[in-house]
Amino acid sequence: MSVILKTEKLRVEYPNRESRQGRKVALSGLDLEVNAGEVFGFLGPNGAGKTTTMNVLLGFLPPTSGTASLFGIDVRQPIARQRIGYLPENTYYYKFLTAEELLRFYARIFGLTSAEADRRIAELIQLVELGHAAKRAIKTYSKGMQQRVGLAQALINNPDLLIFDEPTSGLDPLGRMKVREIIQRLKNEGKTVFFSSHELGEVETVCDRVAIINQGELKVRGSVADLVERHQANLEKVFLDIIGYQPQPVS
Amino acid sequence: MNTVWALSGVVIKELYRRKDFYVLLVLTGLITLAAGSANFFNDAKIVVYLKDLCLLLIWISALVIAVGTAARQIPAEREQRTIFPLLAKPVTRWQVILGKFLGCWLACGLALVVFYAFFVVVTGSREHHWPLLNYFQALWLQWIMLGVVIALVLFGSIIFSAPSANATICIVVVVGILLIGRHLNKVALQQPEPLQTLIYVVYFLIPHLEWYDVRDLIVYDHALISWWHCGLATLYGAVYVLLFLFVAWLAFRRKRLSV
Ligand SMILES: Nc1ncnc2c1ncn2[C@@H]1O[C@H](COP(=O)(O)OP(=O)(O)OP(=O)(O)O)[C@@H](O)[C@H]1O
Ligand SMILES: [Mg+2]
Repeated sequence: MSVILKTEKLRVEYPNRESRQGRKVALSGLDLEVNAGEVFGFLGPNGAGKTTTMNVLLGFLPPTSGTASLFGIDVRQPIARQRIGYLPENTYYYKFLTAEELLRFYARIFGLTSAEADRRIAELIQLVELGHAAKRAIKTYSKGMQQRVGLAQALINNPDLLIFDEPTSGLDPLGRMKVREIIQRLKNEGKTVFFSSHELGEVETVCDRVAIINQGELKVRGSVADLVERHQANLEKVFLDIIGYQPQPVS
Repeated sequence: MNTVWALSGVVIKELYRRKDFYVLLVLTGLITLAAGSANFFNDAKIVVYLKDLCLLLIWISALVIAVGTAARQIPAEREQRTIFPLLAKPVTRWQVILGKFLGCWLACGLALVVFYAFFVVVTGSREHHWPLLNYFQALWLQWIMLGVVIALVLFGSIIFSAPSANATICIVVVVGILLIGRHLNKVALQQPEPLQTLIYVVYFLIPHLEWYDVRDLIVYDHALISWWHCGLATLYGAVYVLLFLFVAWLAFRRKRLSV
């Protein structure tokens, strides 16, 4: 099985604006490996370092030390991003464009011909159910509709690896189910999906393997089935155990 | 190159979907027409005065559009976080700079064409003569100048965090060069020694934007500038554009993206 996404001893420190000396360690020595064709859930409490990891993988943030690669290519090279699709955490897209224009813009960046782009855009607009709004400026969209635009743009180049940062945030229950279906479908097409989420029920149903991090450190990784069996509990319980949550007695 | 064109297309779409360009155009039109209708005496001088006023308004509007558009491009990308999905595609930061520059510059070119078309119609209908080549030279040189300004502002937008501060500083620098750039060497002569050398150095380093201000060419119907000189001015402008874009890239390359 080939490894598609890999980080080795990844460490990221943020400069601390308030106190000059102390630096905020966001990741310390993270090792991850995601294999071709699997759906990989990346879990951790708020501030654990999930978005930071993704920012390194996408080349936005140089690691303090350690390495990261996609398809065996160091993430610092733009070419590593040719075959990936990325959905950022709460992003706004160019407000003055329509969804269709936005997708056409990204299609051009990937060098799609205009016939290919037309076909792809029609498919994606239908997939994320934005047909009724595709010709309206994005500034008129609701949060969930923006999230759908984000999902569509991540798929524009028919990528082999998808990196989603909380793909279901802001979506209604129906929208969440759609995202689960889309992830399932991508998996059936042989794509690799790496995503972060706080919806553990959803992670349990779609993921082959998960990693749980806390305060920048890897706590566990393994297949969902193994973890659930080993702990004799559902994923939510496993998660809470691992991050060291003690239930407080209610007085 | 496809990527650069795609990026510039977004900048141009943004400009013509915003209102400020139309506001400036309508204002320029209204002021010029109002001044023109005050022509009771049918004096020959009034036409000169009218042309002068209209061109001054065009210069101011074009500068405002150029600086305003260029100053917000990259800060807006970072603030709205659109830079993330963009750089997650196989796009380099150099392409982002180049695309933004090209978009702003083409958009300004379009705006200039619209402004000059208005100018030609207004003055042509009064004077009944159409020195189109003069108009073309004036437009072309102004466009090259705007290119230098845009590149400068893009550079500024990366090193200064607040777009408004950057826009203000750039406007002051550009207007300063336009007004006193050509006199700096004379100023230098009157100064005591350490200052004199310093001013000379500044004189030789700054882009001489005032050379591109050939409004008199059309106000007073001067003879055409030699094409050879236009070519040199174009080359000179291009060197400064590339220089500013290069330093902008150097600064942007190491920049943290989140604000
Ligand atoms: N630009 C920044 N400057 C300084 N510290 C930062 C910056 N971005 C993130 N951090 C810190 O790094 C740590 C990890 O943040 P990160 O955004 O990766 O968390 P996350 O796992 O994505 O959390 P969430 O589930 O809330 O999205 C946090 O402690 C955060 O405060
Ligand atoms: Mg996050």
